[in-house]
Amino acid sequence: MIDNPRPTSGLISQRFTRLAETDRPRVRIAIDGHAVEALAGDTIMVAVLNNARHLRVSEFGDGRRAGFCLMGACQDCWVWTADGTRLRACTTVVEHGMHIVTKQPEAAWANLA
Amino acid sequence: MGQPRVIVIGAGPAGVRCAQTLVEAGLRPIVVDENRRDGGQIYRRQPDTFTRPYAKLYGTEAERAQALHASFDVLRARVDYMPETLAWNISEGNVHVTCNGRTRALPYDALVICSGATDRLMPVKGWHYAGTYSLGASQIALKAQACAIGRQVVFMGTGPLLYLVASQYVKAGANVAAVLDTSPLIRRVAALPKLLARPAVLRNGFALVASLKRAGVQVLTGVTPVEITGSAENGVQGVVIRDSRGNERSFECDAVGMGYHLRPETQLADLARCAFRFDHETRQWLPEVGEDGRTSVPGVYLAGDGMKVLGADAAEIGGRLAALAVLKDFKFRVSDDELQGLRTEQAKMDRFRRGLAQAFPWPVEQVAALPDDAIVCRCEAITAGDLRRTVSEMGVREANRAKALCRVGMGRCQGRYCGHAGAEVIAHAAGVPVEQVGRLRGQAPVKPLAIATYGEVE
Repeated sequence: MIDNPRPTSGLISQRFTRLAETDRPRVRIAIDGHAVEALAGDTIMVAVLNNARHLRVSEFGDGRRAGFCLMGACQDCWVWTADGTRLRACTTVVEHGMHIVTKQPEAAWANLA
Repeated sequence: MGQPRVIVIGAGPAGVRCAQTLVEAGLRPIVVDENRRDGGQIYRRQPDTFTRPYAKLYGTEAERAQALHASFDVLRARVDYMPETLAWNISEGNVHVTCNGRTRALPYDALVICSGATDRLMPVKGWHYAGTYSLGASQIALKAQACAIGRQVVFMGTGPLLYLVASQYVKAGANVAAVLDTSPLIRRVAALPKLLARPAVLRNGFALVASLKRAGVQVLTGVTPVEITGSAENGVQGVVIRDSRGNERSFECDAVGMGYHLRPETQLADLARCAFRFDHETRQWLPEVGEDGRTSVPGVYLAGDGMKVLGADAAEIGGRLAALAVLKDFKFRVSDDELQGLRTEQAKMDRFRRGLAQAFPWPVEQVAALPDDAIVCRCEAITAGDLRRTVSEMGVREANRAKALCRVGMGRCQGRYCGHAGAEVIAHAAGVPVEQVGRLRGQAPVKPLAIATYGEVE
Protein backbone atom coordinates (compact mmCIF):
# COMPACT_ATOMS: atom_id res chain seq x y z
CA MET A 1 0.00 0.00 0.00
CA ILE A 2 1.25 3.47 -0.89
CA ASP A 3 0.51 6.00 1.82
CA ASN A 4 0.93 9.17 -0.15
CA PRO A 5 0.31 10.33 -3.71
CA ARG A 6 2.95 10.07 -6.41
CA PRO A 7 5.04 13.19 -7.03
CA THR A 8 3.92 15.02 -10.14
CA SER A 9 5.32 13.15 -13.07
CA GLY A 10 7.40 14.63 -15.82
CA LEU A 11 11.03 14.88 -16.65
CA ILE A 12 12.84 15.81 -13.47
CA SER A 13 16.08 17.59 -14.23
CA GLN A 14 16.91 18.82 -10.77
CA ARG A 15 17.14 17.42 -7.28
CA PHE A 16 16.85 20.48 -5.05
CA THR A 17 13.90 22.88 -5.01
CA ARG A 18 14.36 26.60 -4.48
CA LEU A 19 11.89 27.95 -1.92
CA ALA A 20 13.03 31.58 -1.56
CA GLU A 21 15.88 34.03 -2.31
CA THR A 22 15.50 33.58 -6.07
CA ASP A 23 15.86 37.30 -6.74
CA ARG A 24 19.65 37.14 -6.97
CA PRO A 25 21.92 37.88 -9.92
CA ARG A 26 22.38 34.94 -12.25
CA VAL A 27 25.77 33.38 -12.89
CA ARG A 28 26.63 31.22 -15.88
CA ILE A 29 28.53 28.02 -15.25
CA ALA A 30 29.10 24.78 -17.14
CA ILE A 31 28.46 21.29 -15.80
CA ASP A 32 30.24 18.57 -17.80
CA GLY A 33 30.31 20.93 -20.75
CA HIS A 34 26.64 21.98 -20.59
CA ALA A 35 26.01 25.68 -19.99
CA VAL A 36 23.55 26.27 -17.13
CA GLU A 37 22.49 29.09 -14.85
CA ALA A 38 22.98 29.37 -11.10
CA LEU A 39 22.43 32.20 -8.63
CA ALA A 40 25.13 34.33 -7.02
CA GLY A 41 25.70 32.99 -3.52
CA ASP A 42 24.87 29.39 -4.41
CA THR A 43 27.23 26.71 -3.22
CA ILE A 44 28.46 24.53 -6.07
CA MET A 45 26.27 21.77 -4.68
CA VAL A 46 23.15 23.91 -4.88
CA ALA A 47 24.11 25.23 -8.30
CA VAL A 48 24.56 21.71 -9.67
CA LEU A 49 21.58 20.09 -7.95
CA ASN A 50 19.25 22.80 -9.23
CA ASN A 51 20.30 21.72 -12.71
CA ALA A 52 20.99 18.00 -12.32
CA ARG A 53 20.02 14.95 -10.29
CA HIS A 54 23.46 14.07 -8.98
CA LEU A 55 26.92 15.43 -8.23
CA ARG A 56 29.24 12.53 -8.76
CA VAL A 57 29.49 8.79 -9.26
CA SER A 58 30.65 6.56 -6.43
CA GLU A 59 34.08 5.04 -7.10
CA PHE A 60 32.83 1.82 -5.54
CA GLY A 61 30.20 0.88 -8.08
CA ASP A 62 27.06 1.66 -6.09
CA GLY A 63 25.78 4.43 -8.33
CA ARG A 64 25.28 8.14 -8.39
CA ARG A 65 25.68 10.39 -5.39
CA ALA A 66 24.31 13.82 -4.54
CA GLY A 67 26.06 14.67 -1.28
CA PHE A 68 24.95 13.77 2.21
CA CYS A 69 25.89 16.06 5.11
CA LEU A 70 26.20 19.57 3.58
CA MET A 71 28.56 20.57 6.41
CA GLY A 72 31.92 19.46 5.08
CA ALA A 73 32.05 16.27 7.14
CA CYS A 74 31.17 13.38 4.80
CA GLN A 75 33.19 14.37 1.69
CA ASP A 76 30.51 12.82 -0.53
CA CYS A 77 30.21 15.91 -2.72
CA TRP A 78 33.61 16.14 -4.34
CA VAL A 79 33.55 17.55 -7.85
CA TRP A 80 36.33 18.85 -10.07
CA THR A 81 37.01 21.86 -12.19
CA ALA A 82 37.98 21.37 -15.83
CA ASP A 83 41.65 21.89 -14.88
CA GLY A 84 41.48 19.02 -12.40
CA THR A 85 41.15 20.92 -9.11
CA ARG A 86 39.08 19.02 -6.56
CA LEU A 87 36.36 21.02 -4.79
CA ARG A 88 34.05 20.17 -1.90
CA ALA A 89 30.76 21.24 -3.47
CA CYS A 90 28.86 21.91 -0.23
CA THR A 91 31.34 24.46 1.11
CA THR A 92 32.54 26.16 -2.07
CA VAL A 93 30.65 29.14 -3.46
CA VAL A 94 29.96 29.10 -7.17
CA GLU A 95 31.73 31.63 -9.40
CA HIS A 96 30.74 32.97 -12.77
CA GLY A 97 32.35 31.01 -15.58
CA MET A 98 33.21 27.94 -13.49
CA HIS A 99 33.40 24.67 -15.36
CA ILE A 100 32.36 21.83 -13.05
CA VAL A 101 33.17 18.24 -13.91
CA THR A 102 31.27 15.49 -12.09
CA LYS A 103 33.71 12.69 -12.99
CA GLN A 104 37.21 12.59 -11.60
CA PRO A 105 39.55 13.63 -14.42
CA GLU A 106 42.06 11.02 -15.52
CA ALA A 107 45.49 11.57 -14.09
CA ALA A 108 47.60 13.07 -16.86
CA TRP A 109 51.18 11.84 -16.88
CA ALA A 110 53.89 13.95 -18.42
CA ASN A 111 55.05 12.59 -21.77
CA LEU A 112 58.76 12.13 -21.20
CA ALA A 113 59.47 10.57 -24.57
CA MET B 1 55.29 35.49 31.87
CA GLY B 2 53.22 37.23 29.20
CA GLN B 3 49.60 36.54 28.44
CA PRO B 4 48.78 32.89 27.82
CA ARG B 5 48.33 32.01 24.18
CA VAL B 6 44.79 30.68 23.89
CA ILE B 7 43.35 29.02 20.81
CA VAL B 8 39.62 28.45 20.43
CA ILE B 9 38.62 25.97 17.72
CA GLY B 10 35.13 26.63 16.38
CA ALA B 11 33.00 29.76 16.08
CA GLY B 12 29.60 28.33 16.93
CA PRO B 13 27.72 29.19 20.13
CA ALA B 14 30.39 27.61 22.38
CA GLY B 15 33.39 29.09 20.57
CA VAL B 16 31.94 32.59 20.35
CA ARG B 17 30.96 32.79 24.04
CA CYS B 18 34.31 31.30 25.02
CA ALA B 19 36.24 33.87 22.97
CA GLN B 20 34.06 36.67 24.31
CA THR B 21 34.75 35.68 27.93
CA LEU B 22 38.50 35.50 27.23
CA VAL B 23 38.46 38.92 25.54
CA GLU B 24 36.56 40.41 28.48
CA ALA B 25 39.42 39.22 30.71
CA GLY B 26 41.92 41.07 28.52
CA LEU B 27 43.15 38.20 26.35
CA ARG B 28 43.36 38.05 22.59
CA PRO B 29 42.60 34.45 21.59
CA ILE B 30 43.01 32.94 18.14
CA VAL B 31 39.66 31.71 16.83
CA VAL B 32 40.02 29.00 14.18
CA ASP B 33 36.86 28.07 12.30
CA GLU B 34 36.31 25.88 9.26
CA ASN B 35 33.25 27.82 8.15
CA ARG B 36 33.24 30.96 6.05
CA ARG B 37 31.13 32.77 8.65
CA ASP B 38 30.68 32.52 12.42
CA GLY B 39 27.57 30.93 13.94
CA GLY B 40 28.40 27.23 13.69
CA GLN B 41 25.79 24.92 12.24
CA ILE B 42 22.81 25.86 14.37
CA TYR B 43 23.19 29.62 13.92
CA ARG B 44 24.73 29.33 10.49
CA ARG B 45 24.58 32.63 8.66
CA GLN B 46 23.11 32.88 5.20
CA PRO B 47 25.21 34.56 2.47
CA ASP B 48 25.30 38.37 2.45
CA THR B 49 23.17 38.60 -0.66
CA PHE B 50 20.26 36.74 1.00
CA THR B 51 17.49 38.79 2.58
CA ARG B 52 15.35 36.52 4.79
CA PRO B 53 14.91 38.09 8.25
CA TYR B 54 16.12 36.41 11.47
CA ALA B 55 12.59 35.41 12.49
CA LYS B 56 12.16 33.45 9.28
CA LEU B 57 15.56 31.78 9.50
CA TYR B 58 15.77 30.85 13.14
CA GLY B 59 12.13 30.84 14.35
CA THR B 60 11.88 30.80 18.14
CA GLU B 61 15.69 31.06 18.35
CA ALA B 62 15.90 34.26 16.29
CA GLU B 63 16.89 36.49 19.21
CA ARG B 64 19.60 34.11 20.36
CA ALA B 65 21.01 33.80 16.85
CA GLN B 66 21.02 37.56 16.38
CA ALA B 67 22.64 38.12 19.78
CA LEU B 68 25.39 35.60 19.04
CA HIS B 69 26.13 37.10 15.63
CA ALA B 70 26.15 40.61 17.07
CA SER B 71 28.56 39.53 19.81
CA PHE B 72 30.92 38.07 17.28
CA ASP B 73 30.73 41.14 15.03
CA VAL B 74 32.06 43.15 17.98
CA LEU B 75 34.65 40.49 18.84
CA ARG B 76 36.14 40.20 15.36
CA ALA B 77 38.58 43.06 15.85
CA ARG B 78 39.60 41.82 19.28
CA VAL B 79 40.50 38.23 18.39
CA ASP B 80 42.73 36.73 15.73
CA TYR B 81 39.96 35.26 13.62
CA MET B 82 40.89 32.56 11.12
CA PRO B 83 37.79 31.59 9.10
CA GLU B 84 37.83 28.90 6.38
CA THR B 85 40.65 27.29 8.32
CA LEU B 86 40.70 23.60 9.14
CA ALA B 87 42.32 22.45 12.39
CA TRP B 88 43.51 19.01 11.33
CA ASN B 89 45.94 17.85 13.98
CA ILE B 90 47.03 18.58 17.52
CA SER B 91 50.46 17.54 18.61
CA GLU B 92 53.10 18.69 21.08
CA GLY B 93 51.35 21.91 22.03
CA ASN B 94 50.52 22.93 18.47
CA VAL B 95 47.31 23.10 16.52
CA HIS B 96 48.02 22.30 12.88
CA VAL B 97 45.78 24.32 10.60
CA THR B 98 45.28 24.63 6.88
CA CYS B 99 43.86 27.57 4.99
CA ASN B 100 43.91 28.01 1.20
CA GLY B 101 46.18 25.02 0.73
CA ARG B 102 48.81 26.28 3.18
CA THR B 103 49.45 24.67 6.52
CA ARG B 104 50.78 26.21 9.73
CA ALA B 105 51.44 25.10 13.30
CA LEU B 106 49.96 27.38 15.96
CA PRO B 107 51.45 26.97 19.45
CA TYR B 108 49.14 27.28 22.43
CA ASP B 109 49.22 27.40 26.21
CA ALA B 110 45.51 26.69 26.44
CA LEU B 111 43.31 25.11 23.81
CA VAL B 112 39.50 25.14 23.89
CA ILE B 113 37.98 22.73 21.39
CA CYS B 114 34.43 23.68 20.39
CA SER B 115 34.15 21.33 17.44
CA GLY B 116 30.38 20.80 17.48
CA ALA B 117 28.50 17.74 16.35
CA THR B 118 27.32 15.93 13.25
CA ASP B 119 24.25 13.77 12.70
CA ARG B 120 24.32 10.33 14.26
CA LEU B 121 23.33 7.80 11.63
CA MET B 122 21.96 4.29 11.66
CA PRO B 123 22.16 2.72 8.21
CA VAL B 124 19.09 1.45 6.40
CA LYS B 125 19.10 -0.50 3.18
CA GLY B 126 19.24 2.00 0.30
CA TRP B 127 20.58 4.98 2.26
CA HIS B 128 23.39 5.37 -0.26
CA TYR B 129 20.96 6.41 -3.03
CA ALA B 130 21.29 9.98 -4.25
CA GLY B 131 18.66 12.03 -2.45
CA THR B 132 19.30 10.67 1.05
CA TYR B 133 20.67 13.41 3.28
CA SER B 134 21.28 13.82 6.96
CA LEU B 135 18.76 15.88 8.94
CA GLY B 136 21.44 18.49 9.53
CA ALA B 137 22.02 18.64 5.78
CA SER B 138 18.31 19.10 5.15
CA GLN B 139 18.30 22.04 7.53
CA ILE B 140 21.45 23.63 6.07
CA ALA B 141 19.98 23.42 2.54
CA LEU B 142 17.04 25.45 3.76
CA LYS B 143 18.76 27.82 6.18
CA ALA B 144 21.89 28.66 4.23
CA GLN B 145 20.65 28.21 0.66
CA ALA B 146 16.82 28.51 0.76
CA CYS B 147 16.43 25.11 -0.88
CA ALA B 148 14.57 21.91 -0.07
CA ILE B 149 16.47 18.65 -0.62
CA GLY B 150 13.72 17.41 -2.96
CA ARG B 151 10.23 17.95 -4.28
CA GLN B 152 8.68 15.45 -1.90
CA VAL B 153 10.58 14.77 1.29
CA VAL B 154 10.31 12.08 3.97
CA PHE B 155 12.01 12.75 7.30
CA MET B 156 13.01 9.63 9.20
CA GLY B 157 14.94 8.94 12.37
CA THR B 158 14.48 10.32 15.84
CA GLY B 159 15.30 13.25 18.07
CA PRO B 160 14.27 16.87 18.32
CA LEU B 161 15.92 17.78 15.02
CA LEU B 162 13.53 15.44 13.18
CA TYR B 163 10.52 17.56 14.13
CA LEU B 164 12.33 20.89 13.94
CA VAL B 165 13.56 20.37 10.38
CA ALA B 166 10.24 18.92 9.22
CA SER B 167 8.32 21.91 10.56
CA GLN B 168 10.84 24.35 9.08
CA TYR B 169 10.32 22.68 5.71
CA VAL B 170 6.54 22.92 6.00
CA LYS B 171 6.75 26.59 6.98
CA ALA B 172 9.04 27.35 4.06
CA GLY B 173 6.55 25.78 1.66
CA ALA B 174 8.25 22.45 0.98
CA ASN B 175 6.28 19.28 0.40
CA VAL B 176 6.80 16.97 3.39
CA ALA B 177 5.39 13.51 2.72
CA ALA B 178 5.80 12.06 6.21
CA VAL B 179 7.71 12.26 9.49
CA LEU B 180 8.72 8.79 10.63
CA ASP B 181 10.04 8.54 14.18
CA THR B 182 11.60 5.29 15.39
CA SER B 183 10.99 6.19 19.05
CA PRO B 184 7.69 5.04 20.55
CA LEU B 185 5.53 7.73 22.13
CA ILE B 186 5.60 6.00 25.50
CA ARG B 187 9.31 6.82 25.87
CA ARG B 188 8.49 10.51 25.65
CA VAL B 189 5.96 10.18 28.44
CA ALA B 190 8.48 8.38 30.63
CA ALA B 191 11.06 11.09 29.94
CA LEU B 192 8.75 13.96 30.87
CA PRO B 193 10.10 14.53 34.39
CA LYS B 194 13.60 15.11 32.99
CA LEU B 195 12.35 17.11 30.01
CA LEU B 196 10.55 19.44 32.40
CA ALA B 197 13.99 20.78 33.36
CA ARG B 198 13.47 23.14 30.40
CA PRO B 199 9.71 23.73 30.21
CA ALA B 200 9.89 26.37 27.47
CA VAL B 201 11.90 24.09 25.19
CA LEU B 202 9.50 21.24 25.89
CA ARG B 203 6.56 23.51 24.99
CA ASN B 204 8.28 24.43 21.73
CA GLY B 205 8.66 20.74 20.97
CA PHE B 206 4.95 20.08 21.47
CA ALA B 207 4.15 23.11 19.30
CA LEU B 208 6.33 21.75 16.47
CA VAL B 209 4.57 18.39 16.42
CA ALA B 210 1.18 20.12 16.58
CA SER B 211 2.09 22.40 13.67
CA LEU B 212 3.06 19.40 11.54
CA LYS B 213 -0.22 17.66 12.25
CA ARG B 214 -2.17 20.86 11.54
CA ALA B 215 -0.41 21.07 8.20
CA GLY B 216 -1.68 17.59 7.40
CA VAL B 217 1.73 15.89 7.56
CA GLN B 218 1.60 12.23 8.58
CA VAL B 219 3.59 11.82 11.79
CA LEU B 220 4.24 8.21 12.83
CA THR B 221 6.05 7.14 15.98
CA GLY B 222 7.51 3.78 16.92
CA VAL B 223 8.28 2.88 13.30
CA THR B 224 10.92 0.43 12.08
CA PRO B 225 12.73 1.52 8.90
CA VAL B 226 12.85 -1.29 6.33
CA GLU B 227 14.32 0.23 3.20
CA ILE B 228 14.88 3.34 1.14
CA THR B 229 13.79 2.28 -2.33
CA GLY B 230 15.25 3.65 -5.52
CA SER B 231 17.97 2.96 -8.03
CA ALA B 232 21.67 3.56 -8.43
CA GLU B 233 20.91 5.65 -11.53
CA ASN B 234 17.95 7.76 -10.38
CA GLY B 235 18.32 7.86 -6.62
CA VAL B 236 15.61 7.79 -3.96
CA GLN B 237 12.06 6.83 -4.95
CA GLY B 238 10.46 5.96 -1.63
CA VAL B 239 10.68 4.76 1.94
CA VAL B 240 9.35 1.49 3.35
CA ILE B 241 8.79 1.12 7.09
CA ARG B 242 6.84 -1.04 9.51
CA ASP B 243 4.49 1.01 11.66
CA SER B 244 4.06 0.54 15.40
CA ARG B 245 1.47 -2.18 14.76
CA GLY B 246 3.80 -4.10 12.47
CA ASN B 247 2.13 -3.18 9.18
CA GLU B 248 4.44 -2.48 6.28
CA ARG B 249 3.85 0.93 4.73
CA SER B 250 5.42 2.80 1.83
CA PHE B 251 5.83 6.49 1.18
CA GLU B 252 6.82 7.82 -2.22
CA CYS B 253 9.38 10.59 -2.19
CA ASP B 254 12.45 11.79 -4.05
CA ALA B 255 14.41 12.76 -0.94
CA VAL B 256 14.93 11.47 2.58
CA GLY B 257 16.31 13.47 5.50
CA MET B 258 17.47 11.08 8.20
CA GLY B 259 19.28 11.14 11.52
CA TYR B 260 19.19 9.81 15.06
CA HIS B 261 20.12 12.81 17.15
CA LEU B 262 23.74 13.97 17.08
CA ARG B 263 27.23 12.76 17.86
CA PRO B 264 30.09 14.98 19.03
CA GLU B 265 33.07 15.62 16.78
CA THR B 266 35.76 14.25 19.07
CA GLN B 267 38.70 13.59 16.73
CA LEU B 268 40.68 16.65 17.86
CA ALA B 269 40.15 15.83 21.54
CA ASP B 270 41.38 12.34 20.71
CA LEU B 271 44.48 13.67 18.93
CA ALA B 272 45.14 15.89 21.97
CA ARG B 273 45.18 12.57 23.89
CA CYS B 274 42.15 13.31 26.06
CA ALA B 275 40.78 10.29 27.92
CA PHE B 276 37.40 8.91 26.84
CA ARG B 277 34.68 7.06 28.72
CA PHE B 278 31.73 4.98 27.54
CA ASP B 279 28.35 6.64 28.03
CA HIS B 280 25.80 3.87 28.56
CA GLU B 281 22.74 6.09 28.15
CA THR B 282 23.62 7.04 24.59
CA ARG B 283 25.86 4.02 23.79
CA GLN B 284 28.87 6.00 22.65
CA TRP B 285 32.38 6.96 23.76
CA LEU B 286 32.69 10.55 24.95
CA PRO B 287 35.67 12.58 26.11
CA GLU B 288 36.05 12.50 29.86
CA VAL B 289 35.51 16.02 31.14
CA GLY B 290 35.89 17.34 34.62
CA GLU B 291 34.45 20.52 35.99
CA ASP B 292 33.83 23.33 33.50
CA GLY B 293 35.18 21.45 30.48
CA ARG B 294 38.65 20.49 31.73
CA THR B 295 39.86 17.31 30.04
CA SER B 296 42.34 14.74 31.31
CA VAL B 297 45.08 16.73 29.52
CA PRO B 298 46.25 19.92 31.25
CA GLY B 299 45.69 22.95 29.01
CA VAL B 300 43.05 21.26 26.85
CA TYR B 301 39.39 22.16 27.39
CA LEU B 302 36.15 21.18 25.69
CA ALA B 303 32.87 23.03 25.29
CA GLY B 304 29.62 22.69 23.39
CA ASP B 305 28.25 19.73 21.46
CA GLY B 306 31.79 18.57 20.65
CA MET B 307 32.07 17.57 24.30
CA LYS B 308 28.57 16.19 24.84
CA VAL B 309 25.42 16.97 22.88
CA LEU B 310 23.61 19.43 25.12
CA GLY B 311 22.30 21.80 22.45
CA ALA B 312 22.97 25.40 21.49
CA ASP B 313 21.93 27.15 24.72
CA ALA B 314 24.13 24.84 26.76
CA ALA B 315 26.95 25.38 24.28
CA GLU B 316 26.88 29.11 25.06
CA ILE B 317 27.09 28.30 28.76
CA GLY B 318 29.77 25.68 28.18
CA GLY B 319 31.86 28.12 26.17
CA ARG B 320 31.78 30.61 29.03
CA LEU B 321 32.56 27.90 31.58
CA ALA B 322 35.55 26.63 29.63
CA ALA B 323 36.88 30.17 29.26
CA LEU B 324 36.52 30.73 33.01
CA ALA B 325 38.34 27.44 33.61
CA VAL B 326 41.20 28.63 31.38
CA LEU B 327 41.31 31.96 33.20
CA LYS B 328 41.26 30.31 36.60
CA ASP B 329 44.03 27.88 35.65
CA PHE B 330 46.16 30.81 34.47
CA LYS B 331 45.60 32.65 37.74
CA PHE B 332 43.19 35.29 36.49
CA ARG B 333 40.55 36.54 38.88
CA VAL B 334 37.25 34.76 38.21
CA SER B 335 33.90 35.52 39.83
CA ASP B 336 32.75 32.50 41.82
CA ASP B 337 29.16 33.74 41.65
CA GLU B 338 29.32 33.75 37.87
CA LEU B 339 30.83 30.26 37.85
CA GLN B 340 28.19 28.92 40.21
CA GLY B 341 25.36 30.50 38.23
CA LEU B 342 26.59 28.97 34.99
CA ARG B 343 27.09 25.55 36.56
CA THR B 344 23.55 25.56 37.94
CA GLU B 345 22.17 26.42 34.50
CA GLN B 346 24.31 23.73 32.91
CA ALA B 347 23.02 21.11 35.35
CA LYS B 348 19.48 21.81 34.10
CA MET B 349 20.68 21.45 30.53
CA ASP B 350 22.21 18.10 31.37
CA ARG B 351 19.02 16.86 32.98
CA PHE B 352 17.13 17.84 29.84
CA ARG B 353 19.77 16.12 27.68
CA ARG B 354 19.22 12.90 29.60
CA GLY B 355 15.49 13.30 29.02
CA LEU B 356 16.07 13.57 25.28
CA ALA B 357 18.32 10.49 25.33
CA GLN B 358 15.51 8.60 27.06
CA ALA B 359 12.75 9.92 24.81
CA PHE B 360 14.62 9.48 21.52
CA PRO B 361 16.94 6.49 21.96
CA TRP B 362 19.63 5.34 19.53
CA PRO B 363 17.79 2.51 17.71
CA VAL B 364 20.31 -0.25 18.39
CA GLU B 365 17.70 -2.94 17.75
CA GLN B 366 17.83 -2.10 14.03
CA VAL B 367 21.31 -3.58 13.77
CA ALA B 368 20.18 -7.19 14.10
CA ALA B 369 17.66 -6.75 11.27
CA LEU B 370 20.03 -4.90 8.93
CA PRO B 371 20.24 -7.09 5.81
CA ASP B 372 23.67 -8.36 4.74
CA ASP B 373 23.48 -6.37 1.51
CA ALA B 374 22.75 -3.03 3.25
CA ILE B 375 25.64 -0.60 2.98
CA VAL B 376 27.12 0.43 6.34
CA CYS B 377 30.01 2.53 5.02
CA ARG B 378 28.69 4.96 2.41
CA CYS B 379 32.22 6.12 1.53
CA GLU B 380 33.34 2.79 0.14
CA ALA B 381 30.08 0.83 -0.21
CA ILE B 382 30.99 -1.75 2.44
CA THR B 383 28.00 -3.81 3.53
CA ALA B 384 26.77 -5.19 6.84
CA GLY B 385 27.60 -8.65 5.44
CA ASP B 386 31.22 -7.64 4.75
CA LEU B 387 31.55 -6.40 8.31
CA ARG B 388 29.88 -9.48 9.79
CA ARG B 389 32.27 -11.72 7.85
CA THR B 390 35.27 -10.03 9.44
CA VAL B 391 33.75 -11.07 12.74
CA SER B 392 32.71 -14.61 11.83
CA GLU B 393 35.62 -15.53 9.55
CA MET B 394 38.48 -13.52 11.05
CA GLY B 395 37.41 -13.41 14.67
CA VAL B 396 37.49 -9.60 14.86
CA ARG B 397 36.06 -8.09 18.05
CA GLU B 398 37.47 -4.56 17.95
CA ALA B 399 36.54 -1.51 15.85
CA ASN B 400 40.01 -0.48 14.66
CA ARG B 401 40.91 -4.06 13.77
CA ALA B 402 37.70 -4.34 11.74
CA LYS B 403 38.58 -1.07 10.04
CA ALA B 404 42.00 -2.42 9.09
CA LEU B 405 40.56 -5.62 7.66
CA CYS B 406 37.36 -4.54 5.91
CA ARG B 407 37.77 -0.74 5.71
CA VAL B 408 34.58 0.27 7.58
CA GLY B 409 35.65 3.64 8.98
CA MET B 410 38.62 3.94 6.60
CA GLY B 411 36.86 6.05 3.96
CA ARG B 412 36.89 9.75 3.41
CA CYS B 413 34.35 10.61 6.16
CA GLN B 414 36.74 8.80 8.53
CA GLY B 415 34.01 6.91 10.32
CA ARG B 416 31.83 9.89 11.15
CA TYR B 417 28.75 8.30 9.61
CA CYS B 418 29.44 4.57 9.97
CA GLY B 419 31.50 4.40 13.18
CA HIS B 420 28.72 4.03 15.74
CA ALA B 421 26.59 1.67 13.66
CA GLY B 422 29.65 -0.33 12.61
CA ALA B 423 30.57 -0.89 16.25
CA GLU B 424 27.02 -2.09 16.94
CA VAL B 425 27.15 -4.51 13.99
CA ILE B 426 30.43 -5.95 15.28
CA ALA B 427 29.09 -6.19 18.84
CA HIS B 428 25.93 -7.94 17.71
CA ALA B 429 27.74 -10.36 15.42
CA ALA B 430 30.38 -11.14 18.03
CA GLY B 431 27.93 -11.28 20.93
CA VAL B 432 29.89 -8.80 23.02
CA PRO B 433 28.85 -5.49 24.65
CA VAL B 434 29.42 -2.56 22.29
CA GLU B 435 31.80 -0.83 24.72
CA GLN B 436 34.16 -3.80 24.32
CA VAL B 437 34.31 -3.13 20.60
CA GLY B 438 35.86 0.23 21.44
CA ARG B 439 35.88 3.29 19.25
CA LEU B 440 37.63 4.34 16.07
CA ARG B 441 40.77 6.27 16.94
CA GLY B 442 40.92 9.82 15.62
CA GLN B 443 43.55 10.14 12.91
CA ALA B 444 45.28 13.19 11.52
CA PRO B 445 44.42 14.84 9.25
CA VAL B 446 40.87 14.78 10.65
CA LYS B 447 39.61 15.69 7.18
CA PRO B 448 41.22 14.96 3.82
CA LEU B 449 43.97 17.37 2.77
CA ALA B 450 45.16 17.80 -0.79
CA ILE B 451 48.60 16.38 -1.43
CA ALA B 452 49.48 19.84 -2.79
CA THR B 453 48.98 21.40 0.66
CA TYR B 454 52.31 22.77 1.74
CA GLY B 455 53.81 24.04 4.96
CA GLU B 456 54.78 27.58 5.77
CA VAL B 457 58.51 28.14 5.76
CA GLU B 458 59.42 29.71 9.08
